[in-house]
Amino acid sequence: MRENVQLKLNGKPVSLEVDPGRPLLWVLRYDLGLTGTKYGCGEGHCGACTVLVEGSAVRSCLLRVGAVAGKEVTTIEGLARGSELHPVQKAFAEHDALQCGYCTPGMILNAVSLLRNIPRPTRSQIIETMEGNLCRCGAHKRIIEAIESAAQAMGGGQR
Amino acid sequence: MKRHDGKQRNIYDEYLERDFTDAPESEGLALPLDRRQFLQLAGGGIAVAFCIPGSLLAQQRGRRGGEGQQLPEDFNAFLRIGEDGRVTGFTGKVELGQGIITSLAQMLADELDVPLESVDMVMGDTDLCPWDRGTFGSMTTRFFGPPFRAAAAEAKAVLVELAAEKLGVTKDRLKTRDGAVYDDAGQKKVTYAELAKGKKILRHLKGAPVEKPGEFTLVGKGLDRRDAVEKVTGRAKYAGDIREPGMLCARILRPPSHDAKFLRVDTSAAREVAGTQVVQDGDLIAVLHESPDLAEQALARLKPEYDQPAASVDDRTIFDHLLKVAPPGETVAEGGNLGAGQSAAHHVVENTYLNSYVAHAPMEPHTALAKVEGNKVTIWASTQTPFALKDEAASLLGLPAQNVRVITPYVGGGFGGKSNNRQALEAVRLAKLTGKPVQVAWTRAEEFFYDTFRPAAVVKVRAGVTEAGLISFWDYGVYFAGERGSQHFYDIPNHRTVAYSGGWTGVPGSHPFATGPWRAPANNTNTFARESHIDALAAKAGIDPVEFRLKNLKDPRMRRVLEAAAKKFGWSPAKAPSGRGYGVACGTDVGTVVAHIAEVAVNKQTGSVRVKRVVCAQEMGLCVNPEGARIQMEGCITMGLGYALAEEIKFAGGKIHDSNFDTYTLPRFSWLPEIETVIVDAKESPAQGGGEPAVICMGGVLANAVFDATGARVLQLPMTPERIKAALARV
Repeated sequence: MRENVQLKLNGKPVSLEVDPGRPLLWVLRYDLGLTGTKYGCGEGHCGACTVLVEGSAVRSCLLRVGAVAGKEVTTIEGLARGSELHPVQKAFAEHDALQCGYCTPGMILNAVSLLRNIPRPTRSQIIETMEGNLCRCGAHKRIIEAIESAAQAMGGGQR
Repeated sequence: MKRHDGKQRNIYDEYLERDFTDAPESEGLALPLDRRQFLQLAGGGIAVAFCIPGSLLAQQRGRRGGEGQQLPEDFNAFLRIGEDGRVTGFTGKVELGQGIITSLAQMLADELDVPLESVDMVMGDTDLCPWDRGTFGSMTTRFFGPPFRAAAAEAKAVLVELAAEKLGVTKDRLKTRDGAVYDDAGQKKVTYAELAKGKKILRHLKGAPVEKPGEFTLVGKGLDRRDAVEKVTGRAKYAGDIREPGMLCARILRPPSHDAKFLRVDTSAAREVAGTQVVQDGDLIAVLHESPDLAEQALARLKPEYDQPAASVDDRTIFDHLLKVAPPGETVAEGGNLGAGQSAAHHVVENTYLNSYVAHAPMEPHTALAKVEGNKVTIWASTQTPFALKDEAASLLGLPAQNVRVITPYVGGGFGGKSNNRQALEAVRLAKLTGKPVQVAWTRAEEFFYDTFRPAAVVKVRAGVTEAGLISFWDYGVYFAGERGSQHFYDIPNHRTVAYSGGWTGVPGSHPFATGPWRAPANNTNTFARESHIDALAAKAGIDPVEFRLKNLKDPRMRRVLEAAAKKFGWSPAKAPSGRGYGVACGTDVGTVVAHIAEVAVNKQTGSVRVKRVVCAQEMGLCVNPEGARIQMEGCITMGLGYALAEEIKFAGGKIHDSNFDTYTLPRFSWLPEIETVIVDAKESPAQGGGEPAVICMGGVLANAVFDATGARVLQLPMTPERIKAALARV
């Protein structure tokens, strides 16, 4: 059953005629052409599909698109301001905190959400928050270092 | 070649099993380049005819499949200089995360004397790139690097000659810098772009010398990844991100187990889902929809029936089963006299080592999009073997190979698993049947089900040590892992190494599902067994495990990395078990030597292991990009925690119990030890492999550290808490 769902996506209003029960992940990737959000497991175990809803990290494979009606959603495509990368994106690039890059959008958005909630996280807070995001290439060491460096660059504030 | 399960054997399997460092020449497996030629190409500065790599690859190919294929001799196949001065490098290799998009550009820019920023890489496109066997075996830098650099050296020599004619200056008075040719007085200049004009360069100059290590400007420098910005912004495209007008997403009916027999299916309910197309073609039953989640809903409405035989083996009984069905062994290496060695032994240790099936589990499951237009086929695939896929797809549709183009976008991890192109051939078949572009993107459950697992394996070792602490004999048999890494490198006078079913696909009736190459195939199993056993001998002899290895080791490269690791770690000698939880292991793979030292803490109540620190020293010959090499070492160490401590496939017969990451555990952030990497300098030696070596020691180094902490020798990977508790109970 299709319904009208309106949301703010990457800063712009979007109006969809869609079955509100469909997972947000697939609506983003196939209806809206935003392919930066990745499928990794489909059951919320890996974090590759992480997006921000009202600034907080959520797994889009388990989230009905109807649940984000009237809300603000940010995907990896909406994080940079023009050509200016978000400090977390910049830190990931500078630390080589990625290999195949497939888990990277989810890692970055989860880290952005962490720094919003805890601007100066300890290493154990970083590990605890990132624990549910899987990376098979083994970039973990550099991801932690990148998040620490981004937190420092952001100086405890928000961007 | 047909496999026991009737599936076509991957023609590259045999080739993949080799790491080209210990292949006996008598078997006819010539190295693509022999040692001497490598030295010349990799920096000796001696002019080498450019046709050598191609002809040797062709010679080797004759035995290993890919008939009629070899690297082109024309340097234009490897690079193009645009009218705007940008340089494009072409390679059949693909970027899976290993970082060759950076290191190849680095080699090209250095050899050609152009700014790194002006180089773009086109990778894994079968219409644009020179033929390639596949991205596996850590072969890019070792085997594609030399001809790639030689192509750039020849192009530069031709450009200098063209510049000499254009400027009216003799060649010896010209120098190259930043994509231009200058005279030595600095008066005259012409850019490569002006000389090449964006066209193929028709002149050739055989024998242009490649740079010597002292001449490098970029090679040897640690550079950041060149794909990072695309990957942190979500702009990087993977196979599943490609869209074609009218594209349908397919979900395919899968059997509940590999041994289930399909009887029938009722598709009527699935057809009721609006926008769904159901296709049934022999064993291929698929539902297609514009959106994958709606295809999934339709798939769930299929009502199939299967005949399910009783399971014959499971993850507990598999090892006895494998020993029962093992074929006769083949001797990999032998020397001296085992009987004499046994007589000389003061202590004899005999152990059987086991490891379970392990999944590749790349974060991106197998994905492909296929488009069939008339007799032309285009495939975008997550694959490690685009050229093999081209041939496979052509053969499937009965088309000439030139009608098929495979484009490889970024690949979201492979580790050997994406040498298998099943998903792409499914997409081709469905595109042909429906007349529409079809995407096949496996779910995580499909990825686990059709993975070509690292095989379960058994290693039996019997060895002895003299009163003086010298290893007097070594009798080693490996079952089903494969022979890569099975040969020891210690100084042992009497020894024998035998491989039973050397290949990873096993023999008929051995594995209940497909098995295949997994990062450093066979070597993880062999290094775990060898290094555990060496440690057991050291303990029996009452000698510190680092000292014991050095005492029994002449190989200068291995000694050097072991000493470098011990120094970095701050090793102080002690007999194991010392209670400190320190372990050591060393090994060799793809021409590179590595030594690891780890520190662990073991909770004796729960059996859980906390890896606190891992130091890894690696000697890999000329290291093109030390930053990239370190990332690979860190990745190997982190990935290796998984197969050492947790990863194993649970199954009964052909039924795979693991279908997602809730039961199959990958290493997580909280597992991360302190990792320190040392690259031992050897830039005068040819470049060796970097993607795999540092993963091979992880089983052995952690097993030895657990022994040092507790006195319990764990003989089976992964070392789960249950197995550690069982080993503790035996102490």
